[in-house]
Amino acid sequence: MSHVPGLIQSIERSSAVLRLLAAGEDRLRVKEIADALGWPKSTAHGILRTLEHVGFVEQDPRTARYRLGRGLLDLASSGIDDNELRGRALNWADALAARSGEEARLGVLRDGQVLVVHHVFRPDDSLQNLGIGVRLPAHATALGKVLLAYHATAAAAVTAAGLDAYTRRTVTSRDVLRDDLAVTRARGWGLSVEEWRPGLAAVAAPVRTSGGLVVGAIGIAGPVERVTDTRRHPRPQLVDQVVAAARSISREVQS
Amino acid sequence: MASPERSGGDVVSYVLAIDQGTTSTRCILFDRRATVVSVVRAEHPQSYPRPGWVEHDAARIWRDLQKLIRRALREAGIGASEVAAIGIANQRETTVLWDRATGVPVAPAIVWQDTRTDVSHLDASFVQDRTGLPPATYFSATKIQWLLEHTPLLKERAERGEVLFGTMDSWLIWNMTGGLHITDVTNASRTMLMDLSSLDWDDELLAIFGIPRAMLPEIRSSSEVYGTADAVLPGVPIAAAIGDQSAALFGQTCFEPGEAKCTYGTGGFLLLNTGTTPVRSRHGLITTVGYRIGDEKPVFALEGSIAIAGSLVQWVRDGLGLIGTASEIETLAGTVTDNGGCYIVPAFSGLFAPYWHSEARGVIVGLTSYITKGHLARAVLEATGWQTRDVVDAMNADSGLALTALNVDGGMTADNLLMQIVADFLQVPVVRPMVAETVSLGAAYAAGLAVGYWSDLRDLRANRHRAGSWRPALDAGRREHEYANWRRAVECAVFFSRGDQDGLR
Ligand SMILES: Nc1ncnc2c1ncn2[C@@H]1O[C@H](COP(=O)(O)OP(=O)(O)OP(=O)(O)O)[C@@H](O)[C@H]1O
Ligand SMILES: [Mg+2]
Repeated sequence: MSHVPGLIQSIERSSAVLRLLAAGEDRLRVKEIADALGWPKSTAHGILRTLEHVGFVEQDPRTARYRLGRGLLDLASSGIDDNELRGRALNWADALAARSGEEARLGVLRDGQVLVVHHVFRPDDSLQNLGIGVRLPAHATALGKVLLAYHATAAAAVTAAGLDAYTRRTVTSRDVLRDDLAVTRARGWGLSVEEWRPGLAAVAAPVRTSGGLVVGAIGIAGPVERVTDTRRHPRPQLVDQVVAAARSISREVQS
Repeated sequence: MASPERSGGDVVSYVLAIDQGTTSTRCILFDRRATVVSVVRAEHPQSYPRPGWVEHDAARIWRDLQKLIRRALREAGIGASEVAAIGIANQRETTVLWDRATGVPVAPAIVWQDTRTDVSHLDASFVQDRTGLPPATYFSATKIQWLLEHTPLLKERAERGEVLFGTMDSWLIWNMTGGLHITDVTNASRTMLMDLSSLDWDDELLAIFGIPRAMLPEIRSSSEVYGTADAVLPGVPIAAAIGDQSAALFGQTCFEPGEAKCTYGTGGFLLLNTGTTPVRSRHGLITTVGYRIGDEKPVFALEGSIAIAGSLVQWVRDGLGLIGTASEIETLAGTVTDNGGCYIVPAFSGLFAPYWHSEARGVIVGLTSYITKGHLARAVLEATGWQTRDVVDAMNADSGLALTALNVDGGMTADNLLMQIVADFLQVPVVRPMVAETVSLGAAYAAGLAVGYWSDLRDLRANRHRAGSWRPALDAGRREHEYANWRRAVECAVFFSRGDQDGLR
């Protein structure tokens, strides 16, 4: 097949592999795929490895043959199970809470809200409740703003449904929220200062799978006087810790 | 040599923990506040050449480790000079025999879960008196014996000191130092060859199993500088070796008698610190060495060993293909609200504590057309919950005290539903500490203590914080009804394998 200039060849090739695997009833070896498509074996190998990495093809460990991957079955989902995300984040969420001295949460977007999939206590050994499975308002929390910042349709739906006020600082204007999300995207982290609960401030950053897709957000929350300075700016050290944790979890998710 | 990080100071250094586990090898760098700086891991293949056999490739594990150490340093962006010490925790009992001259393993390592050997001829009370262990295929002794008897000329060569035995700690230290042949007392206590009162190899046991003393490593404490690494990390002191479950006890800072933890990895292991005198169990628990720091008195522990916990999840993933990753067991179990009447007894390697039936095999009972894969997933998680209940009940009976909370760690603690199930079945709160990789933390602590990176146990205790806890919420009537069903399912597993033996006769 000849390549049309201006189009990206590796994407054309990837689709050819997927169509080939979808058409045949048998599972194929690299060599068979290369022969069928008229490519060198090394080209087929590179494409297959990449498709395997994103979950669109799978290799049977025993026969080394390729078949379509589970990732294709749930294209509509983010591609990572909530519980899997918690497992990948475990070490880094712990380290974040230990370093920052604040409680840490990992959230995903679910029906326009933040679903908390992991929660690590503040390391002061006070009595605290585990908040896994709790839902938080997206527009009022740092986790939610990060998730909305990278999901335009969800942001539009949330805005259209109406922005409830939780404190007098909650963002209730759609224009202000739009600007806030743009700022969040530009600097790569989100902030909420007393917008959900009086006295509480939070910082969060995005967790990305391969290709850059945001699948979750990790953040800390604590008393406004600990998380922010006198000008209500978040303490740079905490922001760094949150961003570093997000990066470590992203790496863990992509490996 | 070691220059601990000073607060606000100039010298920053780290401790490198190696966790050579059953399914994977991990390297973790910790800082002075016991916070994870980098984590790298490599899974190694499990080989099941025949039913009941489980093997590892020890040479592969050593190759993995060399790569992992380099990667751990690279990810943290540090050099060998910033590593204050190395601590090793390892899967226990797994038996490696290698050629002293070439350093090549003479056979695949026989893994602790392997049941190819036979213990029925052993005098149970003698073995238990001497070693603290009930005779089981689980421990190293019969594995060494099997290799010596089934490999031509091996016994003669072992007698001449040409073939060495070690658990994974010995194997790795031997390789890292270029020929130091030692083990620590916690690992030695799992061989079924060590006298628990003298903490030395026991000649009578060696004679029973036909194992020449010349092949055994020297038994050292868990926390002392054994030597320095030469191959990877040249010059860095190797300052701890400790069995993974003891390491977790240490990492959870269970330093006082009465403190206990349960680690959920491949298997599940509940250890209770019993202080400086060994306590003999009357309810099916093991007496083992908790840890020994330098030349201080050893600290002993009572242990409830569960052979199959996370590996049941792995079997659902790899053997049945019902899930793509281990975490998805929770998602699948979450599609139903109860087990639908189905129970799984995962006696893949026999039943360990408190039953000790090496010959038992697993069963799934209560199947009806109603059962879906969701119910099976729930039964998988519940099996770990009930097995924990069995060993906690035994521990309570032995100590005469009721456990008031369960400290947990290990990979399965990522499973929120499982942790709730454990709290429900035990009817006590379940508490997870801030570092889930407690095995590695324990190895780091033991090594850090030996080189003065941390000053004392109090210093370590100060790092400990609660990261999460689950409170029991299950109705008592329902719980006891379910427990009765579980006990009957266990009887089914034992009954079934008994039939098999009768048939053979
Ligand atoms: N979310 C989960 N739910 C249930 N089981 C899980 C989950 N995540 C991991 N596991 C199981 O936990 C085990 C991994 O835990 P861990 O990493 O502590 O074990 P390990 O250190 O490799 O084992 P060991 O030290 O016993 O050799 C695997 O058996 C896996 O199936
Ligand atoms: Mg382990």
